[in-house]
Amino acid sequence: MSKKELNIFKLLSQKPWEADQAAIDNEHDGQTLDLSKAKLGVRTIMVVSTVIFSLFVVSYSDRMLVHDWRSLSEPWLLWINTIILIFTSFVFHKAKVLSDKNELEKAKNYLLLVGFLTFAFITGQLLVWQHYVNIGQYVSTNPANAFFYLFTALHGLHILGGLFFWARATTKLFTKNFNVLKIRQAIELCAIYWHFLLIVWFVLFGLMIAT
Amino acid sequence: MSDEYKDNKLETKSADSSSGGYAPPAEHIPAKENAEQELYHAKSFWTKWVFCQDAKIIGVQYALTATAIGMIGLVLSWGMRLQLGFPETFSFLGPATYYQSVTMHGMIMVIYLLTALFLGGFGNYLIPLMVGARDMVFPYVNMVSFWMFLIAVLVLIASFFVPGGPTGAGWTLYPPQAIMPGTPGSEMGIVLMLISLSLFVIGFTMGGLNYVITILQSRTRGMTLMRMPLTIWGIFTATILALLAFPALFVACIMMTLDNLLGTSFFMPEIFSMGEKLDYAGGSPILFQHLFWFFGHPEVYIVALPAFGIVSDLISVHARKNVFGYRMMVWAIVIIGALSFIVWAHHMYVSGMNPWFGFFFATTTLIIAVPTAIKVYNWVLTLWRGNIHLTIPMLFSLGFIVTFVNGGITGLFLGNVIIDIPLSDTYFVVAHFHMVMGIAPLMVVFGAIYHWYPLITGYHLNQTLGKIHFWVTFVGAYAIYFPMHYLGFIGVPRRYYEMYDSPYMTSGVGLNQFITVAALIVGFTQILFLYNIFTSWYKGEKSERNPWKANSLEWHTADYPPTHGNFGKELPVVYRWPYDFSVPGSDKEYIPQDVPPSQVPTAKAEQT
Repeated sequence: MSKKELNIFKLLSQKPWEADQAAIDNEHDGQTLDLSKAKLGVRTIMVVSTVIFSLFVVSYSDRMLVHDWRSLSEPWLLWINTIILIFTSFVFHKAKVLSDKNELEKAKNYLLLVGFLTFAFITGQLLVWQHYVNIGQYVSTNPANAFFYLFTALHGLHILGGLFFWARATTKLFTKNFNVLKIRQAIELCAIYWHFLLIVWFVLFGLMIAT
Repeated sequence: MSDEYKDNKLETKSADSSSGGYAPPAEHIPAKENAEQELYHAKSFWTKWVFCQDAKIIGVQYALTATAIGMIGLVLSWGMRLQLGFPETFSFLGPATYYQSVTMHGMIMVIYLLTALFLGGFGNYLIPLMVGARDMVFPYVNMVSFWMFLIAVLVLIASFFVPGGPTGAGWTLYPPQAIMPGTPGSEMGIVLMLISLSLFVIGFTMGGLNYVITILQSRTRGMTLMRMPLTIWGIFTATILALLAFPALFVACIMMTLDNLLGTSFFMPEIFSMGEKLDYAGGSPILFQHLFWFFGHPEVYIVALPAFGIVSDLISVHARKNVFGYRMMVWAIVIIGALSFIVWAHHMYVSGMNPWFGFFFATTTLIIAVPTAIKVYNWVLTLWRGNIHLTIPMLFSLGFIVTFVNGGITGLFLGNVIIDIPLSDTYFVVAHFHMVMGIAPLMVVFGAIYHWYPLITGYHLNQTLGKIHFWVTFVGAYAIYFPMHYLGFIGVPRRYYEMYDSPYMTSGVGLNQFITVAALIVGFTQILFLYNIFTSWYKGEKSERNPWKANSLEWHTADYPPTHGNFGKELPVVYRWPYDFSVPGSDKEYIPQDVPPSQVPTAKAEQT
């Protein structure tokens, strides 16, 4: 019973009281989607985050039309941070592939590298903040600045949230106290989340350099 | 509590089949694809009752917290009514106190009471039981969700005690006035309000994650989506709305907090205060309104959809009849949910928008009347030739239908731009939204509490007190809000602290006094209801199992009231929808969802 009802219109037109339908329904195992709960949970979180970031993007687009908008000039450090983030996603993907092949010992090293790179990214973002503060671009100086600080802060907070789950998975790998299937899933979900945050960063960074 | 599940249910079933010569055809039970859920078994008082991971207890925690803060909201409404009915009588009611009461009353009732009660309270208690799950899918996250909610409530309460008091900006918190000096609570009150809302959103998202995934992935065997009780459909759709709408509130809260604390200008335009130019420039207050109402309109349905679902079940059970047009009811819930995201600007007709923009939103708003009307017709047709038991849940359900129709019809007026413009700042609007999203959902809340209280505690609520509660609340609500429509027509503006000797008020003075007296009486009746809840818990009439003869799974647990883990050793297997009442051909008056066809061989398919 792995075939799930995916067509919502078909689903909503079922007649549960009819005998034919009842015979089909009695075979139903109670799951709607062929997904693990954790995976669906991460997807839901990503949807909610997407809504949040989209609303910020909408606000940004609305606010930038006002005449007092002065775009920020992006320092080269921001490009380095972006490259670090892309590289992190690659490494995480590698860790995921290794854990799928059950080579958890190797995956462990890649996970550590992910942690290092992610912390490097966050440090880099803080350095960018420091750079702006040094040249007198504070959060209230201009709406463009305000959005820049807001976007980077929220993106950073999302990454810190991800690091919490990364830390849980990694410490489990080190203490050798784990269930292989669960740790594999944890690595996979963290990897998905990192890719998601990379895409979010592309959108936010792209928006900021394009305007 | 023991960690083992009682398996008496299984025994009765096997005893049935072995006794007597007739051997029913063996039921084919589908393979179990969902792995048995690992539950956290509480070991101490703290983990069992306080930091609890059992959705049922979390539901009760949510409900009690929401009720407690709701009582504060009720008392605040008394303050407003005393001022409006008898101005210049009470020295403790200055303009600032009045506006703070208005603001906190609105925010508390809409978000901290109704949303938390329907989704956090009923959602947590009913979802796992009704879909046949042992618990929510992420019990730990569920627990954190409640504690976030509690912290949000505590932060909100704390704002009463900071210098300047709570915010008095109106529950919509419109900038720039919300954070400008001169508005009560513009110092710390508004900041705490924004923080509290943000915490609420975070906490809710954790809870909402649980509700959605439990309903989607953790149902028992045989429980298809279209076999779920409408209660679950309502809560499910409302949760999805909330997951998508609350981010807008979150975004708005964050940006306004920054405007207030760090001096950014997201929402703050160029502004002069006390003859001095402030540092703000260029922000758009309208942007805040869009964000707020992009959350605020779905919020109406976040409250209404669970109410729709619950009342459908109450009507069906207490009229002993299947829900008329079950599929249509589901469609209506889904369509209303979808439409609710494209109507938000009908709250902003007077914000100076392009008339064509208002035209679009008026159209979408009026389209919502179609699925809503379908629901009302279906409730009435469910009652039609039903075996109506005038129990208290039924009384409240009937009260709901009448009130909802009333509030819905005034909504048709307000949905039209041209009628809304003269009415929008009058008491007509106050009457409309209190009818449609205050009284109507509360009727369902009360009905649902009378209905499920025996399940939660094992005792019935006192019937006499219940009848008094219903009649005073129902008649009293009309005594309060019917005259307000009239006040609106004669042009009495809402939000005003006092009307002084305004010519508008000549015929309104007596009415205002009447409304105030009615509001006080209705308010005190709610205290009677709380008294009933607390006393019935230990000296109420003991309830037998399944007192309302309902079909849905929550009444058919191994233990009654259900204990940790909900069901017996085996999860129930579902063979039918929950509305098999008075099925033609069947010798049983009702057939619970987990009764296999072999036990009711003569039952025919029910036409609907």
